[in-house]
Amino acid sequence: MLLYGALNIKNRFLGMYKQANAGHVGCSLSVAEMLTFVRFGWMKDTDEIILSKGHAAAALYSMLAEDGTLTEDDIKTFYQNNTYLAAHPPVNKIKRIPFATGSLGHGLSIAAGLGLAQKLKKTDKQVFCITSDGEINEGSTWEAALFIAHHNLNNVVWLIDRNKLQGYGRTEDVMKLEPLADKLRAFGFEVVEANGHDFESLENAKSKSQRATKPTAIICNTTKGNGWKTYEDKVDCHYLPMKDDQYSLITEEVKRDFEKRLTAIG
Amino acid sequence: MRVEFAQSMINAFDKNDNLVFITGDLGYMALEKVQEKFGEKFINAGVAEQNMITVAAALAHEGFIPWTYSISPFVTLRPYEQIRNDVCLHNLPVKIVGNGGGYGYGIMGATHHNIEDIGALRILQNMRIYVPFTVSDVEQAVEQMIADKSPNYLRLNMGAKISQPVAPFNQWRKIKDGTKGVVVGTGPVTENILNSEFADDLEVWVVSIFPIVELPSELVSSVNTTQKLITIEEHNGECGLRETLSYHLMNHLTSNIKILSLAASGYPSGKYGDQKFHQAENNLGGEGMVKELSAFLC
Repeated sequence: MLLYGALNIKNRFLGMYKQANAGHVGCSLSVAEMLTFVRFGWMKDTDEIILSKGHAAAALYSMLAEDGTLTEDDIKTFYQNNTYLAAHPPVNKIKRIPFATGSLGHGLSIAAGLGLAQKLKKTDKQVFCITSDGEINEGSTWEAALFIAHHNLNNVVWLIDRNKLQGYGRTEDVMKLEPLADKLRAFGFEVVEANGHDFESLENAKSKSQRATKPTAIICNTTKGNGWKTYEDKVDCHYLPMKDDQYSLITEEVKRDFEKRLTAIG
Repeated sequence: MRVEFAQSMINAFDKNDNLVFITGDLGYMALEKVQEKFGEKFINAGVAEQNMITVAAALAHEGFIPWTYSISPFVTLRPYEQIRNDVCLHNLPVKIVGNGGGYGYGIMGATHHNIEDIGALRILQNMRIYVPFTVSDVEQAVEQMIADKSPNYLRLNMGAKISQPVAPFNQWRKIKDGTKGVVVGTGPVTENILNSEFADDLEVWVVSIFPIVELPSELVSSVNTTQKLITIEEHNGECGLRETLSYHLMNHLTSNIKILSLAASGYPSGKYGDQKFHQAENNLGGEGMVKELSAFLC
């Protein structure tokens, strides 16, 4: 069940960040349900997932431990010397990570190329690309968007982690993205909006995407640092590691949130 | 070389339909037959070179051999990080074709020239650079690039026109013997020495694949004997042939040698002209080159 998957994934990466005393916690909390949903609620085993916002690598690694690609021993090496599990996804070492990411604005082009390859090979493989919203500043993201739309690569699904925060401020203060949905629509995408933390909402987005003939862009509205009450929706949660008391509070909040959702669905 | 390159691609597709050709919206009056031949595997990626390179990397990941084409600076320096991260770090067989390396685009101006491409790309992991010398080299270079599982860059230019016979395409080729000094050149600009009054006295080599890993022992021996080395490149010497050759030579020198580097420094007068104008301004041809060679060889 997705709720249990998300709980495990979150708990695992929170532990990884704590052990490493590392930042990017908020970036992973932002994208946790999206990753969980794509991997366990949508994609086929042969499909590809590209985490273009590579700074949320811990969430990706945790997801890959959840599906058995990585072992718990692998996970323990996160951030240590002599590890493959660097702070950003590595080159050519882990199944299900076809490309290293971390420099923003590459992932959507990777998805475009993988999508085009499937069209040429006439396979039914799909490509899921999760970008941040900040990286939509990158010109290459728009190059990729034009390319995907022009070639009608409807085997590409673009999920945007729309937490409205980027490296040094709020997206609308740094370089306005809104009206984002209109922009993407004008570029030729079927645009769907969803609550990126809510599986029912993501399920609806999936249904709309599957009915679409055009490539889909799903704007997943999220909260950066979701569950980290001290720094939720603040730039700080992008950078700061968790202190001991904060770690306890976050894990309690994650548990509380899980139980609430479980109760809600009966 | 553009005509020969286009024909080489058509011939190669007959043998290997895994090739995909991607142009950055260039190739008018050059690629039409390639487009016809490649069909759905010919893609115009538009004026969007960053995306083009990464799309090519992903196609290579899926087993294709993608060829990306544009004017040299647009397909190398503009998408440099995409080449570094998505192609080279992953060691994918993406083939990058830059037309008009050096001052090949002449009067089109500085934005269309590329005198940093070899230097910028030769330092990237896994990258191998192919620099044809004559038009006959092009098809052989293309065939070698298809067999090469690494990322490659092909630097196209006007082919050299010389009277000497040239061996089949290879990293190192000796064009002629001579006793007063050794010339090592890369690319067609080497013809300026071969066609000059100094040619009879000089041993001339052409290097056509980078990075240089080792030197032919015959070349090392000639350099040690004549004690005079001339490098010629339509490229910046700091990051180009001069620098890499000097490093590799250092470990093999048994005598004191003098080096004359003929290289592209940029735009000394700030003015523009055809390829020969820029070569002359940089002492890669014309009177400037003659003066440099006279002083060095006297």
